[in-house]
Amino acid sequence: MAWNLKEDLRDCLVAAAPYGGPIALLKNNFRKEKSPGSRPLLEIYSASGVPLASVLWKSGQVVELGWTASEDLLCIQEDGTVLIYNLFCEFKRHFSMGNEVLQNHVREAKVFHTEYGTGVAILTGAHRFSLTTNIDDLKLRRMPEVPGLQKLPSCWAVLSQDRVTIILLAVGQDLYLLDNTSCSVVTPPGISPHAGAYVQMAVSFNYRYLALFTDTGSIWMGTSSLKEKLGEFNCDFRAPPRQMVWCTRPRSKQRAVVVAWDRRLLVAGNSKECIQFVLDEDSYLVPELDGVRIFSCTTHEFLHEIPEASEEIFKIASMAPGALLLEAQREYEKQSQKADEYLREIKDQNLLAEAVRQCIEAAGYEHEPETQKSLLRAASFGKCFLDKFPPESFVWMCRDLRVLNAIRDYQIGVPLTFAQYKQLTIEVLLDRLVLRRLYPLAIKICEYLRLSEFQGVSRILAHWACYKVQQKDKSDEEVAHAINQKLGDTPGISYSEIAARAYDCGRTELAIKLLEYEPRSGEQVPLLLKMKKSQLALNKAIESGDTDLVYTVVLHVKNELNRGTFFMTLQKQPVALSLYRQFCKHQELETLKDLYNQDDDHQELGNFHVHSSYSSEKRIEGRVAALQNAVDEYYKAKNEFAAKATEDQIKLLRMQRRLQDELDKPYIDYSLHDTVYNLILDGHHKRAEQLYRDFRIPDKRFWWLKISALAEREDWEEMEKFSKSKKSPIGYLPFVEICMKHHNRHEAKKYAARVTPEQRVKAHILVRELDQAADAAIEHKNENEMNLVLSKCTAATDSSVVEKINRAKAQTLKK
Amino acid sequence: MAAHLSSGRVNLTALREAGRRELREFLDKCAGSKAIVWDEYLTGPFGLIAQYSLLKEHEVEKMFTLKAGRLPPADVKNIIFFVRPRLELMDIIAENVLSEDRVRSPLRDFHILFVPRRSLLCEQRLKDQGVLGSFIHREQYSLDLIPFDGDLLSMESESAFKECYLENDQTSLYQAAKGLMTLQALYGTIPQIFGKGDCARHVANMMIRMKREFPGGQNSIFPIFDTLLLLDRNVDLLSPLATQLTYEGLIDEIYGIQNTYVKLPPEKFAPKKQGEGGKDLPTEPKKLQLNSAEELYAEIRDKNFNAVGSVLSKKAKIISAAFEERHHAKTVGEIKQFVSQLPHMQAARSSLANHTSIAELIKDITTSEDFFDNLTVEQEFMSGIDTDKVNNYTEDCIAQKHPLIKILRLVCLQSVCNSGLKQKVLDHYKREILQTYGYEHILTLNNLEKAGLLKLQTSSRNNYPTIRKTMRLWMDDVNEQNPNDISYVYSGYAPLSVRLAQLLARPGWRSIEEVLKMLPGPHFEERQQLPTGLQKKRQQGENRVTLVFFLGGVTYAEIAALRFLSQMEDGGTEYVIATTKLINGTNWIKSLMEKLEPPPF
Repeated sequence: MAWNLKEDLRDCLVAAAPYGGPIALLKNNFRKEKSPGSRPLLEIYSASGVPLASVLWKSGQVVELGWTASEDLLCIQEDGTVLIYNLFCEFKRHFSMGNEVLQNHVREAKVFHTEYGTGVAILTGAHRFSLTTNIDDLKLRRMPEVPGLQKLPSCWAVLSQDRVTIILLAVGQDLYLLDNTSCSVVTPPGISPHAGAYVQMAVSFNYRYLALFTDTGSIWMGTSSLKEKLGEFNCDFRAPPRQMVWCTRPRSKQRAVVVAWDRRLLVAGNSKECIQFVLDEDSYLVPELDGVRIFSCTTHEFLHEIPEASEEIFKIASMAPGALLLEAQREYEKQSQKADEYLREIKDQNLLAEAVRQCIEAAGYEHEPETQKSLLRAASFGKCFLDKFPPESFVWMCRDLRVLNAIRDYQIGVPLTFAQYKQLTIEVLLDRLVLRRLYPLAIKICEYLRLSEFQGVSRILAHWACYKVQQKDKSDEEVAHAINQKLGDTPGISYSEIAARAYDCGRTELAIKLLEYEPRSGEQVPLLLKMKKSQLALNKAIESGDTDLVYTVVLHVKNELNRGTFFMTLQKQPVALSLYRQFCKHQELETLKDLYNQDDDHQELGNFHVHSSYSSEKRIEGRVAALQNAVDEYYKAKNEFAAKATEDQIKLLRMQRRLQDELDKPYIDYSLHDTVYNLILDGHHKRAEQLYRDFRIPDKRFWWLKISALAEREDWEEMEKFSKSKKSPIGYLPFVEICMKHHNRHEAKKYAARVTPEQRVKAHILVRELDQAADAAIEHKNENEMNLVLSKCTAATDSSVVEKINRAKAQTLKK
Repeated sequence: MAAHLSSGRVNLTALREAGRRELREFLDKCAGSKAIVWDEYLTGPFGLIAQYSLLKEHEVEKMFTLKAGRLPPADVKNIIFFVRPRLELMDIIAENVLSEDRVRSPLRDFHILFVPRRSLLCEQRLKDQGVLGSFIHREQYSLDLIPFDGDLLSMESESAFKECYLENDQTSLYQAAKGLMTLQALYGTIPQIFGKGDCARHVANMMIRMKREFPGGQNSIFPIFDTLLLLDRNVDLLSPLATQLTYEGLIDEIYGIQNTYVKLPPEKFAPKKQGEGGKDLPTEPKKLQLNSAEELYAEIRDKNFNAVGSVLSKKAKIISAAFEERHHAKTVGEIKQFVSQLPHMQAARSSLANHTSIAELIKDITTSEDFFDNLTVEQEFMSGIDTDKVNNYTEDCIAQKHPLIKILRLVCLQSVCNSGLKQKVLDHYKREILQTYGYEHILTLNNLEKAGLLKLQTSSRNNYPTIRKTMRLWMDDVNEQNPNDISYVYSGYAPLSVRLAQLLARPGWRSIEEVLKMLPGPHFEERQQLPTGLQKKRQQGENRVTLVFFLGGVTYAEIAALRFLSQMEDGGTEYVIATTKLINGTNWIKSLMEKLEPPPF
């Protein structure tokens, strides 16, 4: 071990994370006197004893230390507060195990891992248990009371069965099972009635097995469901052991428990015999998936069941195919013909493939690169004599071992076994390297294993960048530049995430610089808003072209700034301003007016008032007032036409109201045209004339209007009078048309006679006097007109007309 | 079912399929029976993506229209709102949800599907109303470009032109850019982008930006489009104002085509069966779908209406001759062959009957004197005759109070053809309109002026004649039956927008540099780098494919003109058309009119 410990391990609170994880020590924790000079010291080491960080403990009394699945350190205090630190003794957050604990204090605590995550169970001074199965989604569960429990249980453990977390506790000779709702007494099957009181218990790594140690020195082993007994062992030591842990290997039939006293280690299993070791120093056991890690002040060892493949090969005088192959290869290197003999022996039994497999597998279990190499060399040698041996297993083993050897290096200090590595997966391993800030190694591994950039290198670079932004000694420019240099446009990198981290560290300027590298505006904007950089957020939102994003920023800014500043901000951003105007048009009409006012946009203000004279005003006075406002604004906008037109509109409205009052007919909101039309229709010719003059309606239109209305009124007399009042500005063809439209051919004929010569043909056709039409056309010598007449003729009735025209046409042709 | 989408050079079925897939995925997320509450505007466009049967397959049992108050009862597990992201709709939804909880136990799950885009603004509104948490799934359905036909895509964004040119709200442009990104994801990166106009520039900028946002996703699809041409509608305000004279254009002008469907007066479509003469005429309008799936329609839709009659009578002869065949069929084999062709022949006959009826309906209108007079005036303006003084016909129409939109089209057309009107003329028209149709239209006139449709001639120079001559916008010798130039679609006027596309393909815009400067907004060219493996090696005689995107709408006549260019033997370019909305002069002007009613919210 690389550490230089002066204290005994037994004087420290110790926690070591599984999967070759780090070791945390809290020194001086047990001293009663709390003089300032002897404050507890929290130290974290890698599994190889390389110090990672330390911090002077200034918080409350710590009861228990434990590691989460993501290698954060949990420090459970007497008052129920749980403080979370990272690998580098940096405080992350804290949570509480409930108020009740404040009085009763936490007496004991355990950290456990289930499929839900990392959990914490506590035992209070009131002998009550509380637990949470996932500290990231904190739901406290207070376990039911154990009836008659007067003192702390002698030992207890957390079990997880079928996704339910339960607590097993021992009080003297009794075992209790606590689940969510009840407490029940249980008896392990097959336990001797004279076994005595339970003093220690151990649950296996996978929660499948349970071991119980009694004060008579008896060890009961069985399933944790307490339904089956696996074995029993009686040892001579009755003293309660310091630690007891399971030592099994997945899918192995052998099961064993390791029991540790101060200077003695005992491995007990199914058999009558046991293995004993002497411990030279204080040691600490760390249960692992496939064995037990044992570390002390000077050493760190791994105790495990020898895997079958290794046993087969390395057993003395083994004749297993793997062993023979290894031998063959050695002889081959010595250039001895014995190589051939060994090889033949394997081949004769048709076991060569099996031998290669054994060697490859065994290589995985070895920690010494030399041994790994010789086994792999043997496998490679054997492969030469095989057809179609799939190469993947060999290649993958070489790669995996290379990775494992790299991380087992004492400077890295992650002593994973092959089985643990496979269980952990490469992704998690990379995460753990990243947690230890071993970025270069992580990237090397990604590149070596050819992981896709997205799940490999980019992820690590992003983590690196997130760490980089915390380096306070470098200037913002330097950091931003360094990050961009390294990350560039690597796919899958989210600059906004890095920027968010920078912001969390209080480096707003750096965050802004980093966001510049973010190509996705959608990602930039929310963070900028969070940092109160609304101006910049607005720029980015506009750049993106995503109007929804612009709206979001605008409405955010609106709440953030006072009205004046808000309007000023919009002023600088025409795009945002127009969008906000649209918003106001539908949602806040009054604000819209204020916006126009600020811009001195009199034209729009005029329009606004016209609008409100229709939409928000009901009474005539109100409408007139709104329109008058519009007039004023139109004048200010130098839009004389609109101003005059609106003045006319006011005039008309007033007039209409008078008409409505006097004539008791609805006139309001008729157009000028319709008003006049209706007046004529009702025979109020004088009033119509009045409007015609007041509003200077052009003669032509008035004539059209009047004759249409008169025709509808069928007031032919008035029409004739009108037609003679002066020379018609629209000619007399419209009279013909309108009379015909109202099916009065008699009247129409009168006007047909008065049309100008050019329109005569058309007029005669309209009144269906084809003969006269033909005459006029012939007189004009106009072939088009003649054809027009012809097209209206029907053979049966108009043969004379047709004849006449054809004759005329023939004559024209002759000339 | 979607054969018309795959008939073109670019198979647009893939786009529709992508749309259907996305829809199915969303529906399956909401397990169990469902009812859909529709934003009414969306039902039409959705119909082009998926029929009711698809929804039914995914356990959609009921459909309602979104309206205020309480939701109708339905024994379903899920209620899904399909809505556009609009605040006023959010308020209705909130009302629906809130009144729901009071009357029954909360057994129904709510979901919301935003079309085409999820909006923070709307979600904030739902949150303010206290219902945001009620929605289990809140997602977006990017229905940006909807395939209408084998060569036609539309966003059907109702007010895109108004928003862009009047309100400076570029939401629909963002949607257009998104739609183009989707299109590129399916059909490959488009190597060349040309554009004319401010909106075009903005869309191109956004596309380039969006491409940069996803540096990892290098598109590895072989590009199908060679060129993208982005055109602002305000570069060519003239074309939509003129009356379209193609068959499809006239159907749209007269009856209005919506989401490929047209509703026609039923009288002409009464079943003509003997013995049932006394039966009542149908009163429901006849609803027909118009797309290239119908062989006859595909043939005549883009023809000048004057050329449609002869095609119809020729077809009639062929079909009756085909039916006559049965008399010559003697052997069993011949009869069998005849019978096997029957369904196809019957379909052809009913299609012919429908279009003959439609053509008759249209002919009644096109032969009317007023139609003729109106067209004459339009054509005078477009050929540059008397554009600078008050027009008699327009005046008479106002005096007789013809529909306002017709008047506005004429006045705007005159203004555009004269690069603006003299103060006196403009004021006269405006006064006439206000006096006749009501002073409230002052706001509409103001809108038209803002959009540039109506304007004051500022300089004494009228640019239109130069543009007309350089770009040959007016062709005197137009051949309607066998056209040799795009001008046939307006019987003389060649749409400026399509001329721009034509000149871009050959000989290039450099030749009209001067004219381009007279038209509003910048013109530009962008190139999108392709990986070397995807660069095209053109086969001998293989046509280029150009996507023309009209920002602010396109008319059927313009589409017809582009299709004509696609079919020209020595054209060398085939066109696919995309737009924010299919428009005609009437609905276009209507979208710009200010409706003076109390706002709905």
